[in-house]
Amino acid sequence: MRRLALLALVLALPATAAAEPNGRQLFVDGCASCHGFDARGVPGVGPDLHGAGAAAADFYLSTGRMPLDVATGEQPLRGRPAYPPDEIRALVRYVGSLGGPKIPQVQPKRGDLSEGQHAFASYCAGCHQILGQGGVVTGAVPPALTETSPTQLAEAVRVGPYLMPAFDERQIDRRTLDSIALYVQEVVQDPPDRGGWPIGHIGPIPEGMVAWLLAGGVLLLVARVIGERMQR
Amino acid sequence: MIYRLARFIDTRTGQAPLVKKLLRYVFPDHWSFLLGEIALYCFVVLVGTGIYLTFFFDPSMQHVIYNGPYTPLRGQQVSEAYRSVLDISFRYKAGLLIRQTHHWAADVFLVAITLHMLRVFFTGAFRKPREITYYAGVLMLALAMFEGFAGYSLGDDLLSGMGLVIAYSVVLSIPFVGGNLALLIWHGPFPGTTEFFSRLYIAHVLLVPVAIGALLGIHLITIAVTHHSQFRGPRAREDNVVGVPMWPGYLFRTLGLALSVTAVLFLLGGLVQINPVWEWGPFHPELSTNGAQPDWYLGWLIGALRLMPGWEPHIGHYTLIPNAFWGGAFFPLLVFGFLLAWPLLERRFTRDHGYHHLLDRPRDAPWRTAIGVGFFTWVGMIFFAGSSDRVFVEMHIDYESQIHVYQVLVFVVPFVAGWLAKRVCEQLRRSDAHPLRGAGGGLVRRTPTGGFEAVSDSTTTRTPEPTGRR
Amino acid sequence: MIRGAPKLLPRHRAPRRAELAVFWALLLAAAAAAGFIAVYALGADTQWLGLLLGSAFALLAFGAVVTAKALVPPEQKEEQRHSLDHDRDDLDIAVYVQEADEGITRSRLLKSAAGVAGLTVAGALLVPIASCGPFLDVAQLRRMAWSRGRRLVDDADRPLRAEDIAVGAMVPAFAEGVDRKRLDASLIVVRLDEDDLHLPDKRSGWAPSGILAFSKICTHAGCAVSMFRYPLFSPKVPKPALVCPCHYSTFDPARGGEVIFGPAGRPLPQLPVAIDERGELRAGGRMSGPVGPSWWGVQEG
Repeated sequence: MRRLALLALVLALPATAAAEPNGRQLFVDGCASCHGFDARGVPGVGPDLHGAGAAAADFYLSTGRMPLDVATGEQPLRGRPAYPPDEIRALVRYVGSLGGPKIPQVQPKRGDLSEGQHAFASYCAGCHQILGQGGVVTGAVPPALTETSPTQLAEAVRVGPYLMPAFDERQIDRRTLDSIALYVQEVVQDPPDRGGWPIGHIGPIPEGMVAWLLAGGVLLLVARVIGERMQR
Repeated sequence: MIYRLARFIDTRTGQAPLVKKLLRYVFPDHWSFLLGEIALYCFVVLVGTGIYLTFFFDPSMQHVIYNGPYTPLRGQQVSEAYRSVLDISFRYKAGLLIRQTHHWAADVFLVAITLHMLRVFFTGAFRKPREITYYAGVLMLALAMFEGFAGYSLGDDLLSGMGLVIAYSVVLSIPFVGGNLALLIWHGPFPGTTEFFSRLYIAHVLLVPVAIGALLGIHLITIAVTHHSQFRGPRAREDNVVGVPMWPGYLFRTLGLALSVTAVLFLLGGLVQINPVWEWGPFHPELSTNGAQPDWYLGWLIGALRLMPGWEPHIGHYTLIPNAFWGGAFFPLLVFGFLLAWPLLERRFTRDHGYHHLLDRPRDAPWRTAIGVGFFTWVGMIFFAGSSDRVFVEMHIDYESQIHVYQVLVFVVPFVAGWLAKRVCEQLRRSDAHPLRGAGGGLVRRTPTGGFEAVSDSTTTRTPEPTGRR
Repeated sequence: MIRGAPKLLPRHRAPRRAELAVFWALLLAAAAAAGFIAVYALGADTQWLGLLLGSAFALLAFGAVVTAKALVPPEQKEEQRHSLDHDRDDLDIAVYVQEADEGITRSRLLKSAAGVAGLTVAGALLVPIASCGPFLDVAQLRRMAWSRGRRLVDDADRPLRAEDIAVGAMVPAFAEGVDRKRLDASLIVVRLDEDDLHLPDKRSGWAPSGILAFSKICTHAGCAVSMFRYPLFSPKVPKPALVCPCHYSTFDPARGGEVIFGPAGRPLPQLPVAIDERGELRAGGRMSGPVGPSWWGVQEG
């Protein structure tokens, strides 16, 4: 009887240890090839993560930007996260322990929608488009903001990932950040499309396509029905 | 009854003979002759919906704090013009429907004009005696483009405001007089004063529509007096017109077309969102958004502006040709110059000064078709270059590389396309095939000696067609 | 049947199916239009309004087309074209118009005088258009909101402080006390590492602590240069740049706003930055060049 209990205990031990992911171990397994075993970076491959902070780590990992999918090119793009949430938390704790900004607190409900619209237009629309549909800057594709969580948004604003400039609290204070997050939530992610099918929220290009293909196509068909064909 | 009505009007105007002539007036009825009418009916919808919008729009740059139904803009400073467009969209019943129908009508108006112009060009319909009709048409195309731009710029939203500053820059870029002209039109440096908006408004609701109306009148009257051109057919010759009389056939056909155009425009106006100015926000000169584009019919200009390398030759303190001039002014001048000059050029080169009431199939005029294909391919490529940033977003092809490739291709592909077009024309003429359906095949007949012989002209063996149907 | 008038159209019997189709189409069109009126009265949802009105017209269109193709007698008519050439009449017109001239001896003199009078009167009528704007005063295109000492303020009119601007930040700014709508009033302020600066020698003091200020208005076509690309990690590739979203003119702030890609023909004008005793940013002088899109009289330097 006692031997059975001892056996059970021995078997249970590894299971309890596995329930708490080891951030450092995960880092070594999945990140060190580019960022170095000591997270000091590998020249020409991956940057030094000392000072990057939990904010950057959580942003890149939770949006699936890291590990980098080289097939899509140099710019890290949003994708399915490679790690489950508890492993992400562990990795974030590890990278955070190397110094740098913590995960920012953001509460969209405390923001003001109109202030958010104006701030978004001033700081963000140039790259991300006024409705957050994403856009182009020479050298990169500022992504659409239609899928971002408020926390990821706040992290990006504070960190300035890839080619984005960083906006710290002296420039965009907490209240303004709340407002921007509210704008993204209420307008970017739930656009007030009173006019009907929004065809992409980017304006004249899809509108022109509808005019040509939909209206033009239908009216050409009507003309064909009404008119005659060439007689030989 | 109709007799009594006819009696009343005739005894007061004496025009019964004319009415009789009109009712029996013959319209050749090939389907491609309806493209111009599609444009006409779009214009009618534009005027109707436009008049309605003028009952609500306020063309004033006066600033006001927005306090209307659209919450993300509450408390922000906007112009009265912008505020009135938001009110049309949110406060007034059917306002958004009419506004969107109006804008869709403008986009489709230009689609129809473009298709119509291409048909006219490639069938040689501009030849004597229809030069006046053609010039009126080309002028209407230019006016329609300006009119659309003016219309959507009146809303003073972020997207159209960016378009206006670019227009200002193009005016500025005109050598010698650009600065003076810009100050004159805008009543000062950009963004100008509220008087600029009054001018834009009156141009859009009065001056240009009247001009288009007058040109339209000339266009329709010259078509009527020369009678519409037609394709060669079993009965159609240079000296006659074969087709459907105005009453009853043609009237119901054109009525059907008018009603279809109206139907498409109202369906789009209610179901497919266009120019949601509340989502763009108001215009301020220090703001800009990514992905800003002009309406489709000005896409050729943004392509040209983006493709031009950064040349700006100057002498001393004077800039000879500011960069925006090339794409914004020189390029459209070239294109419209070509369109206006073409009938003259063709007459000179073919030495053909005769009347032409029969239309060419594109294959019957290989040089015209080749040059036309080359020219419109050139314009078309520049047009597509204007949306290469979206190609970057969707297909991850680097933007700068696309621009460099376009800068070369834009001068190579038109020649290739033109050459190909000429080859296709010559082939089609030889084989008399249908461009899409291929050769119709021929008829062969067994000779008494056992061989086969081709029947030379397949049309002679076809049974006569019933009237009016294919 | 009206007696006495000729019968012009061929005999035709409209198919019953077509007649019924038109009848039902018209009835349904009426229903759709009535629906439109009802929806308008009850809340006026744009999508329903468009669907109902559009459908009404589509049904009417269907009715008209079926009428044209099946109900009314079909007919292909052939008609002779009339000559458009009336040379005899053209000659008569020319002669008749010129006949009025015969008694006038000083005809050419009068015609020249009429020409001069016509042109000048037309000119006089056109001249008031000059009141539309200060078209002779091109100096207005060169006006400058910035001179030494003017403070830089943010969107909320607060003075910009050097210590509030981090390396890699992008800060939209304005001239204090100047109408924001003026193209020469708005700035884009960025901060680079001082080691990364390669400003021309004449501008060696223009970027204290690496803080650079440029006109926000693109020299190509006047849009706001609202994009700043700044790599998060070293090496800084692609290099930090100010990019305009309209036609992607790309300017190098480290080199004083030089154009590195795109159609802009002039560099982005740079404003020298000075940090005053309170740590606030002020203009250290005038802009390096004219603000805004190029024009004939625009001058460099």
